Amino acid sequence: MSEEQFEPKIVAFLCNWCTYTGADLAGTSRIQYPPNVRIIRLMCSGSVDPTYVLKPLLDGADGVLVGGCHPGDCHYQSGNYKARRRVVALKEILRNAGIDEDRVWLRWISASEGQRFADTVTEMTEFLREKGPNPMRKEWAV
Amino acid sequence: MKTLIPVENENTLAAIQGFLKQLLENDVVDALLVPMRTPHGAVTPALVSDPEMLDAADPLAPVMGVNAAPLVGRVSIREPRDRIGVVLRSCELRALVELVKLQQASLEDLVTIGIDCLGTYDVSVYTAMRNDGGVDMAAYLATARDGDLTAEEGFALRDGCQMCEKPQVEDADVTVELFGADLSSGVPISLPDEMGETLGLSAAEVEGSRSQVIENVVVARTEIRDERFAEIRERLAEEGVEGVFASCVRCHNCMTVCPICYCKTCLFKSQVFDHEPMQYANWARRKGAYRMPADTTLFHLTRLNHMVLSCVGCGMCTSDCPADLPVGVVFRAIGQETDEVFDYEPGRDVEEPLPLITFEEDEWMDVGEE
Repeated sequence: MSEEQFEPKIVAFLCNWCTYTGADLAGTSRIQYPPNVRIIRLMCSGSVDPTYVLKPLLDGADGVLVGGCHPGDCHYQSGNYKARRRVVALKEILRNAGIDEDRVWLRWISASEGQRFADTVTEMTEFLREKGPNPMRKEWAV
Repeated sequence: MKTLIPVENENTLAAIQGFLKQLLENDVVDALLVPMRTPHGAVTPALVSDPEMLDAADPLAPVMGVNAAPLVGRVSIREPRDRIGVVLRSCELRALVELVKLQQASLEDLVTIGIDCLGTYDVSVYTAMRNDGGVDMAAYLATARDGDLTAEEGFALRDGCQMCEKPQVEDADVTVELFGADLSSGVPISLPDEMGETLGLSAAEVEGSRSQVIENVVVARTEIRDERFAEIRERLAEEGVEGVFASCVRCHNCMTVCPICYCKTCLFKSQVFDHEPMQYANWARRKGAYRMPADTTLFHLTRLNHMVLSCVGCGMCTSDCPADLPVGVVFRAIGQETDEVFDYEPGRDVEEPLPLITFEEDEWMDVGEE
């Protein structure tokens, strides 16, 4: 695959109440963003087990985006605070395990931030395009 | 109070057995969970209610087949329950603290009896030593005096023990203080005053230099630990976690023997990762080949995420790995980094909340806002 042809694939875990609704708003508002993101809706960013992030990364996804409500806005009071700690731990573990932690992004995007969602996906796509394909995509013995 | 249990005929073990018997006979506890020597010479934890049976107790045996902390959970987790005394090493006590936080054990009705650890052998090594004429217990116990915790010639302590910088008991109800003691003449034990009175024990001035000896042990062990950490960090940076665990046979022993891994059904023993046949075919097609059993690196990375913050470094994972993978040192080295991030120390304090179940509103404020 040549560099020009490389299109990053992003798996996004978005909370139902904020970021998923924000993505929906981007759509209904006809805001353009790259089609590189595959969205999985969850009830809360606090329900994202690290395994969900790790599995696509090890299978070759170029990036994983976790989207949740801004701090203080969690529908379940504290899910996003717990998600934040989990992602901090996950990235620390990835860094020490020799896996590129920068492929994992956590972003707070509210239901009214359709533009921010589009911008985030654009930014992440560009970032990953620059970074190049996830080496795990070709790694069979993991 | 601190007391000195006299040792007769240099039989240190008999003195400790005598102390344990007193706990049962004076009704301080209803039963004791303690390492026992089976009629066939193996050493295993057992729950003992008959004081006479304690002639077979052997908490000094330098072997560790299991981390007993989960067993404490079995006998303490809910009422009704007996009052149990549990004889544990430092790593077992620390694992117990983590299990209490994980709601897998309770300290109610429990008397923790911690015993300084002079290092343990793997079961296979210990069995070989027994077949080779037995462990020289006098020499082994003598290492407590100055803290020069060396293995018997021709044998090696468990990998986890070699780099254990916390072999001393710090926070138990009763502490059998081996470090710094001349164990051929007496065993120093610290215990609550009330318990001492019930047992008819009197306070004694204990000579010796426990704190100094511990300090020396900690320094020596920390040096070994840091060397091992540096080695494994280099390997992780070069080969990645998938390289270090490349020979994993996915037996799940590390998870089974881990005192912290408490899930009754681990995700990796569930059907979550039993994929559809065509899913494997698709992966193989995309990558050209696909390792099976699948998800091996995922297993280790998930386990790291789920429990590394509570890893007490007992090293049972390494001891029981059939592929001789350096599981324990990987977890300890990475755990050191994550512990630092959350300013957490597993096993330190039962009141200290687990990092991943608590939070502050105003921390890592930049995360998620970029």
